[in-house]
Amino acid sequence: MIPYIRRAAAFCLLLLVALLANAARVQLFEADELNSSSANRRTTIDRYDQPRGDILVDGKSVTGSKDTGEQLAYERTYRHGPLYAPVTGYASQTYGTTLLENAEDAILSGTAPILAPLPLWGDITRSRQPGGDVVTTVEDSMQRAAYDGLAGRRGAVAALDPATGKILALVSSPSYDPEVLSGTGSSVTDAWARLNGAAGLPMLNRAIRQTYPPGSAFKIVTAAAALDARVVTDPDAATDTPSPYLLPGTSTTLPNEARGCGKASLAEAIRVSCNTVMAHLGVEVGLEGMLKAVGRFGFNDDDLRIPSGVARSNFDSDMSDDQLALSSIGQYDTTATPLQMAMVASAVANGGDLSRPHLVNRVTTADGDTVRQRGAETYHRAMNPATAMQLRRMMVDVVENGTGTNAAIDGVTVGGKTGTAQHGVDNSGTPYAWFISWAQEPGSGRPAVAVAVVVEDASANRADISGGGSAAPIARAVMEAALKSRG
Amino acid sequence: MTATTAEARPPELRLPKRRGVELSLLIGAVLISVYGYASVGLARNNAVPPDAAGYGAGLGLLALLAHLAVRFRAPYADPLLLPIAVLLNGLGLVLIYRLDLETPRDQAATTQLIWSTLGVALFIAVVVLLRDHRVLQRYAYLSVAVALVLMIAPIFFPAVNGAKIWIRFGGLSFQPGEFAKILLAVFFAAYLAANRNALAYTGRRVWKFQFPTGRVLGPIVAIWLISVGVLVLERDLGTSLLFFGLFVILLYVATGRTGWIAVGLLLAAAGAFVVGSFEPHVHSRVEDWLDPYATINAGEGPSQLAQSLFAFAAGGMLGTGLGLGHSILIGFAAKSDFILATAGEELGLAGLTAIFLLYALLVARGYRAGLALRDPFGRLLSIGLASILALQVFVIAGGVMGLIPLTGMAMPFLAQGGSSVVTNWIIVALLIRVSDVARTPSPDRSAAGAVGPVAEDER
Repeated sequence: MIPYIRRAAAFCLLLLVALLANAARVQLFEADELNSSSANRRTTIDRYDQPRGDILVDGKSVTGSKDTGEQLAYERTYRHGPLYAPVTGYASQTYGTTLLENAEDAILSGTAPILAPLPLWGDITRSRQPGGDVVTTVEDSMQRAAYDGLAGRRGAVAALDPATGKILALVSSPSYDPEVLSGTGSSVTDAWARLNGAAGLPMLNRAIRQTYPPGSAFKIVTAAAALDARVVTDPDAATDTPSPYLLPGTSTTLPNEARGCGKASLAEAIRVSCNTVMAHLGVEVGLEGMLKAVGRFGFNDDDLRIPSGVARSNFDSDMSDDQLALSSIGQYDTTATPLQMAMVASAVANGGDLSRPHLVNRVTTADGDTVRQRGAETYHRAMNPATAMQLRRMMVDVVENGTGTNAAIDGVTVGGKTGTAQHGVDNSGTPYAWFISWAQEPGSGRPAVAVAVVVEDASANRADISGGGSAAPIARAVMEAALKSRG
Repeated sequence: MTATTAEARPPELRLPKRRGVELSLLIGAVLISVYGYASVGLARNNAVPPDAAGYGAGLGLLALLAHLAVRFRAPYADPLLLPIAVLLNGLGLVLIYRLDLETPRDQAATTQLIWSTLGVALFIAVVVLLRDHRVLQRYAYLSVAVALVLMIAPIFFPAVNGAKIWIRFGGLSFQPGEFAKILLAVFFAAYLAANRNALAYTGRRVWKFQFPTGRVLGPIVAIWLISVGVLVLERDLGTSLLFFGLFVILLYVATGRTGWIAVGLLLAAAGAFVVGSFEPHVHSRVEDWLDPYATINAGEGPSQLAQSLFAFAAGGMLGTGLGLGHSILIGFAAKSDFILATAGEELGLAGLTAIFLLYALLVARGYRAGLALRDPFGRLLSIGLASILALQVFVIAGGVMGLIPLTGMAMPFLAQGGSSVVTNWIIVALLIRVSDVARTPSPDRSAAGAVGPVAEDER
């Protein structure tokens, strides 16, 4: 009987070996595949198993986390949801993440390797770090000034520190509270459907994801191109603009809203916003020259990230001269995000040097140790310093004597440019009023802030001056807040 | 090789009793269990559970009582059996307690502890009252009658989760099939011990295989057919597979006829094919096994087997740590049939291997006792009991890990289930008893052997 017992024992050993080999198969060789299966809830559970890191504005967090006690434990909360939604985005258990919540997700959720005390720490301990914090460049007072200025009207504000590229305010209106999307369940799906169906598109981040025809505000770019290309050498000299001005190759007359444009000088054309002069200069610079110039300001860049992606601001690359003429005054296919136009003002204010715009100043661990710091970085040299000096003077003139007087601040150097964006079929849509500006303390060696404001305004009907009427006061409020916090 | 080598053991070579070893191992087993309990509390609440000491004292007391029973009534018993049983039972309690944290409305650990206490009580009763395992041989036909009654009884009770294996009255429920395992092992061992020569040496020879005569084979095949038939009717394929495997192993060990293996495998393949093709409950299990992720691809979410595999995969080599896994996602039966997934996720491949080796050691000790014994009944009984454990571990562990189709079965000692834990304690008690007989260096042992010297087949 003994040999048979031994063989039966060998059979049992075979069963054991089969079990162990199979265990190794499941737990080691197929583990990665199983762990990453979309049907495996563990990844999701782990993600929400600890409080999410916070997004900070002015040293105070504008986000939070609450423990719901459910399977997906922690849900995102927002202290001032609508105010900061264009900065934070949402972090939803149902719909994923957007904007900073998306771009810095690895930091906020604690999976980023730089949060670990030692390299490969997370791989060895199979643990994730507490969520790190993201310190933004935004200033609360400016954000509020912009948000209150828009007062729920459709529009957006972007403000930059011209010297460093820090985004000081990023507002889109109307806005929404991202907290309603944080969790799971029918209340979240209902809120999602309601927000997506809302006429005001509250989830659209107009400051960086929406482009508008910039209208006359674009004339600053055309002026920079003309000066850099030496099409204009003396901004105060009369130009050879024909009057009336026919769009090249057509019999269409380009009208001016302003009077006395005739053969106005470049400076005069900027001050009162002459269409004919600037369209003519654009054509004289030529398509190639204009493309180079707008590219230096950031137009036609698909890859601008702040760190969230910014929509491409467009200047067509294949146009006839009449189209180029219209494009040079911010019409035809020329479109820009509010951030792009803030970059235009910023480049002028900063002597032609355009810093790369960014929204994240630094990233810290949960304990507050900085693990990543963002410094100033040049994006492009947008124009010659001499050109920038001349444009500064012209923009100051707009605020002191021209269309932008609503933006003037006592005792401070302010430069600006108005614009009106027509849109819709036959310009039937409600026009958008633009104002781009910058401000500098007289004693200071560098500008404090550059702002772009776009706001939908029914009274802005084709009158260039209206950019100064509804948008300029908002820009002024934002600049005042910036000067106050600098002072 | 023959059994006479055991007989030739010199009288002066006395086996030590090894009760001190057993006690030390028991202390280790209890400490590991208490540590696991504390580890769950620390991981979940950053505090040792307040009743950890009480839990440890309770488990320690059970272990001590069992140890005393062995020390006084089975002093030569194998010192590994009891500590392994205590460790597995303690680990099972820790895993169930850990899963209770996820299901506040379904607390099972306390009930399991009560059943474990009952199990240890029966263990002590068996060790104390059953002085010689050969007594059981007399009750072979009573055993088989009771086993059949136990297996038929649940047919008259409503099905629970697709399987008619439960008897319920009052608030208590039993799985009589669990107890029937022991009784059938006793019957098979007794019957084969009495008839093995007839089975081995008579009958027709077909090609290379020798088949026994119908007269000898009749009763045992009839019993086996009835038991398997009942189980298929009750849709408990796991137990059916277990009985079948037990039957084939014991028949082979008793007769040494490879023909049995061939016939057994043929019958098993045919039976498995028919049942797997036509019985919907079993058919769906086979489908799940062939492609555990089919429901995911169909957009219906992961099946239970897929969730179980996710749990094992999440454990990796070292596991997440007790209390830190998410095996509760398996849902229904996470504490019973799928308890091994929790062990796999939270203790990792390392811990799982340790658990498998504990079972392997338990089985090996049963086989060792079988090798050392000289009476055929004792041999077959200890091989049968050890094989029950081995087959059961393989069937359920292979099932939840996708090696073979899943069949509902309890992981011995680990899984929630009163009938199972009580049955396993009785199995260990019987192994203690036979190993005590096997290791007792009694000089008059051959005289005491009621069956007398074994006529080994000389081949």
